[in-house]
Amino acid sequence: MGYKKLFRGETVRLEILNKDGKADKKSLPDISQDTMIQMYRYMRQMRAFDEKALNLQRQGRIGTYGSLRGQEAAQAGLAVNLNEKDDWLVPSFREHGVMMSLGVPMHLIYAYWKGDERGNISDKGIKCLPPSVPVGSQLLHATGIGMAMQKKGLPGVAVGFAGDGATSEGDFHEAMNFAGVFKARTLIYIQNNQWAISVPLKKQTAAESLAQRGWAYNVASMQVDGNDVLAVYEASRLALEHIRNGNGPYMIEAVTFRMGDHTTADDHSRYRTPDLIAYWEERDPIMRMKTFLINEKIMTQADDDAITNDVTKAVDSAVKELEAMPAPDPMHIFETMYAEKPWYLVEQQAMLRDELNQEKR
Amino acid sequence: MTAASKTQKMTLVQAVTQALKQEMERDESILVLGEDVGKDGGVFRATDGLIDAFGEERVMDTPLAESGIIGVSVGLAVAGYRPVPEIQFMGFIYPAVNQIFAHVARYRHRSRGQYPMPMVIRMPYGGGIHAPEHHSESYESMLANTPGLTVVIPSTPYDAKGLLISALRSDDPVIFMEPKRIYRSFREDVPEEPYTVPLSKAAVRREGNDVTIISYGSMMRPALEAADFLARDNISAEVIDVRTIAPVDVETIVTSVEKTGRAVIVHEAPTRSGFGAELSALINERALLHLLAPVQRVTGFDTVFPFAMMEAHYLPNRQRVVAAVQTALEF
Repeated sequence: MGYKKLFRGETVRLEILNKDGKADKKSLPDISQDTMIQMYRYMRQMRAFDEKALNLQRQGRIGTYGSLRGQEAAQAGLAVNLNEKDDWLVPSFREHGVMMSLGVPMHLIYAYWKGDERGNISDKGIKCLPPSVPVGSQLLHATGIGMAMQKKGLPGVAVGFAGDGATSEGDFHEAMNFAGVFKARTLIYIQNNQWAISVPLKKQTAAESLAQRGWAYNVASMQVDGNDVLAVYEASRLALEHIRNGNGPYMIEAVTFRMGDHTTADDHSRYRTPDLIAYWEERDPIMRMKTFLINEKIMTQADDDAITNDVTKAVDSAVKELEAMPAPDPMHIFETMYAEKPWYLVEQQAMLRDELNQEKR
Repeated sequence: MTAASKTQKMTLVQAVTQALKQEMERDESILVLGEDVGKDGGVFRATDGLIDAFGEERVMDTPLAESGIIGVSVGLAVAGYRPVPEIQFMGFIYPAVNQIFAHVARYRHRSRGQYPMPMVIRMPYGGGIHAPEHHSESYESMLANTPGLTVVIPSTPYDAKGLLISALRSDDPVIFMEPKRIYRSFREDVPEEPYTVPLSKAAVRREGNDVTIISYGSMMRPALEAADFLARDNISAEVIDVRTIAPVDVETIVTSVEKTGRAVIVHEAPTRSGFGAELSALINERALLHLLAPVQRVTGFDTVFPFAMMEAHYLPNRQRVVAAVQTALEF
């Protein structure tokens, strides 16, 4: 009778590499030098892709673009732990870093931002769903795929991506709750970049962290410094091991910072100060890993120059591929709506065909 | 179906259960999920016995969250299952509408055909059972207005089984609206063997020459009662059961109206922007010069669905259908 203690929990945060590239040696993960270089290379590729995308947008060669600058570590540290054969990516619209690392062709990602539907899905057989725009809604799909993996006894894990804003949506909570109840093989991966367009985290939630929400659904969870690729690597490794061993779902909150505008249609100087940007510039995920790799003699400046060369070339050739794509066929608007076209789509398609033929004459 | 196949007398809801059971036996990828669909067999018993036959892995009682039920079904479909989620009452569909509109209806197209959504979303709809608030709604028009969806509304036990089997074998997402008012109101002979009734094909329930009454679901009963009543005055009404409102079978409807020259549309959802408006527009586009009178609509009022004590005043009935036919005849 009277009060009984029901629950007590603790949520941890992992940091390994500080802003100056110094590692906490006792927290260093057991990780090969090749993997470290691979993560660094992924981050450099993302940054090169991103800078080119912003240029292409300014020149009118692609449309509205959502930059991932600042979030490279949060995506690269996870990507090296995923297996593109078994694991599913269920992305939102700022996950092109992890997507390209898993093999989604860069020219198709550019095509997506150009407004070309062929960029919505990779045809290389990669288990990556089209980027989901309605915020948070995709997390339930990741839970559903994770439920399927669990039922089928498959080794794969479904990774559902979302941002801090999405954790205010009901679908985030429903996805966590279903995942907990059905022991889904799902990783709910939150990149907390601290800004949902102009709304800062403190207006998004009164909670101290997003990771602690895992307790409410019996979903194991932790927070990680999302600008520290070694910490992201270790958190992802632990989470995926937990899921692959059949212990149920996991949630990671990677705390990072969106360095640029929400998209090219936004102006973040309306709601953020230059001081704040400068503070996070000092915490850039790529710089600190470079310092670490060079100081630890894992990489030389010459190696780094070679990486610069490689990623620039890869981006240039992606742009060439993008611009060599024939224009999309407007007739495709009517295709793949149904297994079989209903009569009215046949009529509407014929109408558009006539219009196009008249334009040609 | 062969002439020799055996039949059983059953209600519409029993036909739904039998279709689910037989298709789940045939196709292991079919999963049933929703609130109370397992142990309880559904609040209307539509999934009665399925959990005993197929176990908890295939018949899942879920948390009480409509968006979650449809959202995880999207993931299950992507990963190769054929989910059959239930929304317990159509009045509670709104939390799931984002998932239905943004994903279920679009997934085949947005994945350029790689991920079709073989999914049947079942839900009882409509009034007339003296239920509490939010348990009587008919929201079919917003679904019929959503490209990518197939919206099926049976009105007989025979059709319920055959249409549901067709839906379960379709690779497109199907909204299967079950008229709960007539779940148990009559029995008819239903073949024991599985069979299909084609989607997107209307049925002429009664032939006639003076007027075409077009309806679907639970409103088929007042439509047919009106036709019987009018026959006593030698007015011959043709009665069409639309059965699938999206993609709709325009040919059967237009052919009939060309013959009769008059059309009366009956549904229990509100008039404004209701599915009757679409049917009326189709008739005007394709059979205008055959019309002898303006198309009439007999529908629910443009009000909130009233509480149980007043619902009889809201729902279309035989008298209102007869009056609309007379208006068309006297025009």
